[in-house]
Amino acid sequence: MDGTENNLRLFPKKDARLYMSFMYVTFVSLLVGGLMGLLQTFVRSGKFTLPFNINYYTILTVHGVILGLVLTTFFIIGFQFALMGKTVGISDKQRNVGWISFWMMLVGTVMAAVTILVGQANVLYTFYAPLAAHPAFYIGLALVIVGSWISAFTNFRQLYVWKKAHKGEKSPLLAFMVIINMLMWVIASLGVAVSVVIQFIPWSLGYTETINVLVSRTLFWYFGHPLVYFWLLPAYMAWYAIIPKIIGGKLFSDSLARLAFILLLLFSIPVGFHHQLTEPGIDPTWKFIQVVLTMMVVVPSLMTAFSIFATFEITGRKKGFSSLFGWFKKLPWGDVRFFAPFVGMVAFIPGGIGGIINASHQMNALVHNTIWVTGHFHLTVATAVLLTYFGIAYWLVPHLTGRRLTKQINKLGIIQTIIWAVGMTIMSTAMHIQGLLGGPRRSAYSEYAGGAQVDTWVGYQLAQAVGGTILFIGILLMIYIFIKLTFFAPRGVEEFPIAAEDENAQVTPKILENWYLWVGITIALIAFAYTIPMIDIIKHSPPGSVPFKWPIGRM
Amino acid sequence: MHLHKYEKVWLTFGMASLVIFLLVIGFAAFWKGTHPQSHLETIDQNNVEAHDSFKPENLGLTEVADGKYKVNMVASAFNYDFGVDKDEKPVKTIRVPQGSTVLFTITSKDVVHGFQVAGTNVNMMVEPGHISRYEAVMKNKGEFTIVCNEYCGIGHHQMFGKVEVY
Repeated sequence: MDGTENNLRLFPKKDARLYMSFMYVTFVSLLVGGLMGLLQTFVRSGKFTLPFNINYYTILTVHGVILGLVLTTFFIIGFQFALMGKTVGISDKQRNVGWISFWMMLVGTVMAAVTILVGQANVLYTFYAPLAAHPAFYIGLALVIVGSWISAFTNFRQLYVWKKAHKGEKSPLLAFMVIINMLMWVIASLGVAVSVVIQFIPWSLGYTETINVLVSRTLFWYFGHPLVYFWLLPAYMAWYAIIPKIIGGKLFSDSLARLAFILLLLFSIPVGFHHQLTEPGIDPTWKFIQVVLTMMVVVPSLMTAFSIFATFEITGRKKGFSSLFGWFKKLPWGDVRFFAPFVGMVAFIPGGIGGIINASHQMNALVHNTIWVTGHFHLTVATAVLLTYFGIAYWLVPHLTGRRLTKQINKLGIIQTIIWAVGMTIMSTAMHIQGLLGGPRRSAYSEYAGGAQVDTWVGYQLAQAVGGTILFIGILLMIYIFIKLTFFAPRGVEEFPIAAEDENAQVTPKILENWYLWVGITIALIAFAYTIPMIDIIKHSPPGSVPFKWPIGRM
Repeated sequence: MHLHKYEKVWLTFGMASLVIFLLVIGFAAFWKGTHPQSHLETIDQNNVEAHDSFKPENLGLTEVADGKYKVNMVASAFNYDFGVDKDEKPVKTIRVPQGSTVLFTITSKDVVHGFQVAGTNVNMMVEPGHISRYEAVMKNKGEFTIVCNEYCGIGHHQMFGKVEVY
């Protein structure tokens, strides 16, 4: 591969336009969803009420759906299309199918968003039955999911075509990673698609009278945990295969990176019960089995941590820094393409530890549904993942628009990252502590039955409003940077930084690309973890539930 | 596939810690009986009064033996029904002496709710058609807020109660 030359070759306009479309939706979502988050922290401070009779749970639903489902999915698909275009290419037909996917997802998003905004879907992004939203909400969600599948199958096709033209060669690493992520996404989202299409849509339209609540929840969480790995893997793609290039190094190990991704595929799906640990109706032995499977993710995570720091050290030593930590000081701290993802990596350490606590079977009871959990995923998805996405956007957006990341914008990016780190440290720490003290998540301001315990919670909620305000300033700055990079930065060629393999790297074993084998094991693990408990849940089902509209304020 | 020597050490250490960790929580769960709430009994959510525990006269706090109590409750949007006191007024606070063992039993008449006695290990999901049950020893004195910690509708944050340990 002629690495560097390809990195500097801009995409044809037609291709860049498709990839950029996903970025526009991403950053509009950031602004809208971020504003909702700001308002939430204000309401929970107890010092502010929403104007125009807007309901707290409406903005909470918008925040979760727009940031958790829309921003992430659009960014990921756009970024992955760009990776595929760069590494294996895209045909005219594939690009057209990509557009179909984009529009289908956008129509679905708008449908769901409008339904939420008019107050017909105050069900939060988990839409737990038997709370019943307007059917348009579920149909919108179904369109987003099916639209994303079209992208996934386009990506599969892109690699297939490339493989046919390059018999005997291993697939490019980043293309391999995209395919893993999309395989995981398709297998996982089948669960929620089945639930939405077979359970929710007919039930909300009145074609079926009742819904099986526990089955719908189990199908949701079968999807819900791999969803978070779907967010994370594109960040890992950057950590493994992009950051080494930015710091002036090479890939640490092609085969280790592939192995880590395969392990993440295997252990991402048969684990949903760790979100249902305190639920009735599920045998605790099966909960424990899924807890064990969940913890297997520690292995690829440790591999990733090792690879990243090994890359940093090897690169630094090649540049001639021989003292024990000298190489660390000389990392390119002034380059936002490195600095933003690096801060994300740091946040992933407490984020990952918190995740282990959450999934620890009985330990979960201390934090389940407290605002600790909210603090946790604001470190993982809203810092580790999001700052890496920003780190990608700093070079991807100008590469797509034919502009340059200037020194001035780079500096703004560094400031943005620092603002984010400060705001999130305040907000997330306050959330973690309040959660340990029992403060609940997903609740508007309330003094409950009063007393000393509730008083301590309110103080932390004030701190969250301070952190939330700082974060919102960070969002405004990021939007400004995005507009600059899209429309105003000077024209030029920004590098698409893909790291090359070392000349004397070891050969990657062929077995790592045996899709039948890995998909087969994935399905076998899912069947093992879910078949018996699912049969139990269905066999011991209580009567189904009719739709409940009034609790969410629907007439 | 080649693994660096240090990486082998790192992974071995990591995986060994993981095994120990899983053994600890597995031992606590299966031998010490600290599983999370996983009661398997179902109920017709449209007729919860048919179940002995949820008959109106059986709701609220009952002393079953010396230092042993049970609390039966019905959740509905946006209220916990702890029964009524002598003056037929709804009970809002459950009072138990320090060190007592309390069995909390709860079900939902409508949507999914949460039941957490904040500051204790009592934390469970409450789902229509299922009965949730958890036994806890109330070791510490004080007032503990009961919160619905699963979103149940626009009055969710108004759904609460209190446990007083004296």
